[in-house]
Amino acid sequence: MSDWLESIRRIAALTRKEARQILRDPSSIAIGIVFPLMLILLFGYGLSLDVTKVSVAVLDKDHSADSAALVGAFRLSPNFAVTPVSSLAQATTLILDRKVDGLLQIPADFSKRWHAGASEVQIVVNGTDANQARIMQAYAGGPIAAWSAEQSPSAISAPGGQVIVSSRMWFNEANDSHFFLVPGLIVLVMTIIGAFLTAMVIAREWERGTLEALFVTPMRPGEFLASKILPYFALGMIGFVLCILAGQFLFHVPLRGSLALLFLASMIYLLVALGVGLLVSTLVKSQFLASQLAMTLTFLPAMMLSGFIYDLRSMPVVIRAITYALPARYAVTLLQTLYLAGNVPGVIALNMGVLAAMATALLVATRLATRKQLS
Amino acid sequence: MRASLLRILALMAKEFLAVLKDPRSRFIIFLPPLLQCLIFGYAASLDLNSAAYAVLDQDHSAASTALLARLDGSGVFQRQADLVRAQDIATWIDSSRALLVIQIDQGFERNLLAGKSAPLEVVADGRNSNTAGTALGYLNIVIQAFNADWQVGHGRGDQSVRIVTRAWYNPNLDSRWSMIPSLIGTLTMMGTMMLTALSVAREREQGTFDQLLVTPFRPTEIMVGKAIPNMIIGLGQSTTILLVAQLWFHIPFVGSFLVLYAGLALFLMAAVGLGLFVSSIAKTMQQAMLYAFILVMPFALLSGFTTPFSSMPSALQSVMVINPLRYALDITKRVYLEGAGFITLVPDFVPLIIIGLITLSGAAWLFRRRLT
Repeated sequence: MSDWLESIRRIAALTRKEARQILRDPSSIAIGIVFPLMLILLFGYGLSLDVTKVSVAVLDKDHSADSAALVGAFRLSPNFAVTPVSSLAQATTLILDRKVDGLLQIPADFSKRWHAGASEVQIVVNGTDANQARIMQAYAGGPIAAWSAEQSPSAISAPGGQVIVSSRMWFNEANDSHFFLVPGLIVLVMTIIGAFLTAMVIAREWERGTLEALFVTPMRPGEFLASKILPYFALGMIGFVLCILAGQFLFHVPLRGSLALLFLASMIYLLVALGVGLLVSTLVKSQFLASQLAMTLTFLPAMMLSGFIYDLRSMPVVIRAITYALPARYAVTLLQTLYLAGNVPGVIALNMGVLAAMATALLVATRLATRKQLS
Repeated sequence: MRASLLRILALMAKEFLAVLKDPRSRFIIFLPPLLQCLIFGYAASLDLNSAAYAVLDQDHSAASTALLARLDGSGVFQRQADLVRAQDIATWIDSSRALLVIQIDQGFERNLLAGKSAPLEVVADGRNSNTAGTALGYLNIVIQAFNADWQVGHGRGDQSVRIVTRAWYNPNLDSRWSMIPSLIGTLTMMGTMMLTALSVAREREQGTFDQLLVTPFRPTEIMVGKAIPNMIIGLGQSTTILLVAQLWFHIPFVGSFLVLYAGLALFLMAAVGLGLFVSSIAKTMQQAMLYAFILVMPFALLSGFTTPFSSMPSALQSVMVINPLRYALDITKRVYLEGAGFITLVPDFVPLIIIGLITLSGAAWLFRRRLT
């Protein structure tokens, strides 16, 4: 019994030391509080996959009433900003200087061929930004359809034999990319606080020799780790709370699942991130290597391979197989589902289970690695 | 002058040794960019190559079967299940087993044959609204083609305008062609800025920086001696990624290597400058790394690398004038895919030079002021 009390006392003492070290170092506070806020504000406002307006140069070689009406339809479209040009060379310059995203070219025989039954227009996009180009291609259908409907009113009165797609986007009716970016950002913030700060912590004690000094005290390795985890866990949870407040009140991302589950999921993921950081730190014993490894193992995969921006479903099979080894993948799925879809038992139990197993494995591995140093 | 040059060379040699002597460091500097370029080159795509869907066909007619066959034959849509009850729709979407569920009501074919419009109800999983939007876009293309064929097959030819699209510099609109040249700048910036940020901080933490300050080295010489090795390491990283882009992904390089490397050198000067600046402010390695990271992360995400730069609010676009990566992305893409020359790229070169000069001289100035 007194053994147990002693142990608690030792953990408390070392936690206090660690907490003071955090509080006195402006950079730790910066990353615990300023950083999550900055991240969520900058990215919440800055990151958006929604291209609402593309600018297009229009070269009308036909100069007919029909072509003028078509250009008018592009001007009216909320998706296009039209810049009239008089030559292909002028359009090329505008495209190369990034003044416009593409070119709409109306051929000289446009009107004549339209009245003969079938006509065509040409769209030139700058493929260096493939995504933007594809969006523009998709938008162009709108004004052209509007124009042709206007030209042949018969088509409206009798829309004869057509399949009409009526689509509903569940979980995100407004088609706002913030809805899926904000849950991903929370994961990113937790990854950075959890793994980055702790990756340096043990390595720093090795570099400075303070760890060996600790090993001659009655402190046990498990107690040592607990005292490292507690303060950073608290810091991470502060960041997390700031993030969900911002998600709720600034970006109005609906939280359809339960708040308790969201907290539980985040706490488990934070333990995983702390586990990665501590394990790396314990194994490499060098701040430089630990920082580089933490970046390579946690931040970059969390950004690129978690489904945060790039959808896992679009990745080749081999790459998708790699993502199964990355904790961020499960956390992003979990948070996106909890936020947007609600408490879907199958998805939540599976992903939370995997994360819990990872957290346990990482912390046990760190504990084992720490003990080995003692002998 | 000559003495100064010798001092700088000596410091450079020492810097190279400090970073490259340890095999684990060599490993960590060159292996990750290589692997990341390979993995992210495949992973980072906003294209949609396969969309899982389920169908609730309540019509079971020739028309509905023909429509579904066209979807299955599109190469993008993979039918996962034929549902029988409307309640199953939620199950398939919620569990992410299907991205889309298509519902064909009874009377679909009858409506079509009667010349009426036949609704196709589609539910999309909006948890990733970008993917869902892309899938709906593809679906619309398939349906349009179906409609056109149906009209022709049933003797109702109509006036139409065909859209012919031509994509310059990337004829198949392969997003890998835009992504991989962008990785050159992004991965190099991450590696180099972190490396540089730690360089002065490490010496401060170990106390060797104070020793360096009492030698005949002038602050400018220390700055140059620390900047150039890091720039060279950065160029090495860039070259690694460039080689992967050309030899592995076979993305045709149409520009000039001279222009590309001139641009990269300026970019690295700016990135190293920022790194040294951060490093001279920080007291410990941990601080240096965190401050560098606080810069690197917004720079990487808000450069146009992941999401379109023009979709950002204009206030944020103007803040990002200090982001070297923004210019680097422009340079690498335009040289790589468009073959841009020096004159075209002046608007990118000038800001990089300004960022580099300000941060490097700031760092040199701070070397002496931050003695504790």
